[in-house]
Amino acid sequence: MRAFDFAAPRDIADALGLAGDTSAYVAGGTTLVDLMKLDVLAPEQLIDINRLPLHGIRLGPDGLRIGALERMEDIARHDAVAACYPLISQALLSSASPQLRNMASIGGNLLQRTRCGYFRDVATPCNKRAPGSGCPAQSGDNRGHAILGTSASCAATHASDVAVALVALDASVRLRGAAGNANARADGERTVPLADFYLRPGDTPHVENVLRPGELITEVIVPPLEWARRSVYVKVRDRQSYEFALASAAVAVDLRGGAVHDARVAVGGVGTVPWRLPAVEAALRAGQSHEAAAALAAEGARPLAGNAFKGTLVQRVILRALTELAGPR
Amino acid sequence: MDLSSQRQAVDGQVEVAFKVNGTAERLRVDPRTTLLDALRERLQLTGTKKGCDRGQCGACTVHVDGRRVLSCLTLVAMVEGREVTTIEGLAEDDQLHPVQRAFIECDGFQCGFCTPGQIMSAVAVLREGHATTDAQIREAMSGNICRCGAYPAIVEAVKQARS
Repeated sequence: MRAFDFAAPRDIADALGLAGDTSAYVAGGTTLVDLMKLDVLAPEQLIDINRLPLHGIRLGPDGLRIGALERMEDIARHDAVAACYPLISQALLSSASPQLRNMASIGGNLLQRTRCGYFRDVATPCNKRAPGSGCPAQSGDNRGHAILGTSASCAATHASDVAVALVALDASVRLRGAAGNANARADGERTVPLADFYLRPGDTPHVENVLRPGELITEVIVPPLEWARRSVYVKVRDRQSYEFALASAAVAVDLRGGAVHDARVAVGGVGTVPWRLPAVEAALRAGQSHEAAAALAAEGARPLAGNAFKGTLVQRVILRALTELAGPR
Repeated sequence: MDLSSQRQAVDGQVEVAFKVNGTAERLRVDPRTTLLDALRERLQLTGTKKGCDRGQCGACTVHVDGRRVLSCLTLVAMVEGREVTTIEGLAEDDQLHPVQRAFIECDGFQCGFCTPGQIMSAVAVLREGHATTDAQIREAMSGNICRCGAYPAIVEAVKQARS
């Protein structure tokens, strides 16, 4: 691991004042410390943000608000989250291990890096880690890679489960940066829908989101959605637990008289970003069968040699989610 | 402006004060030092094991403020003011912790390398109170890999310790 300076500020303004192009914020450290040990990341300064007042899980008339430092396990076990947004709770509990969930913050979860083996191995080229060096996954080991939102530069899968649930729910992130940024208020604050927060790789896979240097996620905001109580997160992986998704689906349905009146569908493990499926939702709203709607999930997919199975798998994962939600409860 | 509660010295070292198994400790460390390395190399508490050192095996599981975490991905500078419990802190004098006794009685290990992490996880599982069925215990213990494959006896040990 490369040497770095360490600071543990007590308030947000101090943290923002310390941050710069070569610094990194650390909360749980489960992604950052791992990647620093692998030499994939080498920040010159670490800013421990655990003393900042970014806590609280609050459910009110304006929806759910989660402080960025809340830990995955605490959010998943929160009674109101589990009751009103089961897909969030289930997505979190299907992630990582209890130890990692006790450590990892929700803000850090949303910023976790891909598990692509080429990204994590500094001995190989990778456009995400070393822009312009190439993408061995295009013709190499790509069984776990994305089929949606890929480019010739990158097919790395976005690894977060809960981000899939949050995208399905139209969640936003509140960001704080130094004052004076364009598009930000005078105090440097802005709110960005999570769907717009993540960027597809295109020709610049090293730019994964719209965060500016030094900008900090302070809160996750989930709008109210009464019928999200009928929701589920289905995750299929190579082993039963403690593994990333091959394909997953976050689905909520508004059932009226046994028929789907409205639906939210997003999928994970198959996209370069958490992948919302408006065409599947529209087909469900239009009264099409579960099968017909799910069949639209892999439209526009660009499979590589080893991951074409994901196109079929993701349809079946959606189908299983819809079947579970339509059943007696 | 108090930028940092932990002042970094000119030589790059940081000072960290925390409790380990009830004893107050104060160390000057390179900020790169993990809690795992600090426990093993500086405090001679070698019960906590280094398996993968990448957050994938659970052998380094300890409790920080009563919650199970991975000490290999925790920088020791980040446990300032916190209370750490390791496998050495479970027994009271000559009395093994009930989970330690259950692992011995149920043969919950073979080579024993993952065992301190398994036991620290199991103690937390019982405290967390979410695991009742065998399937729930297996899921709650899934962050601890046992290369010998002693899993069935580990589940038995957790059940015995609970009763």
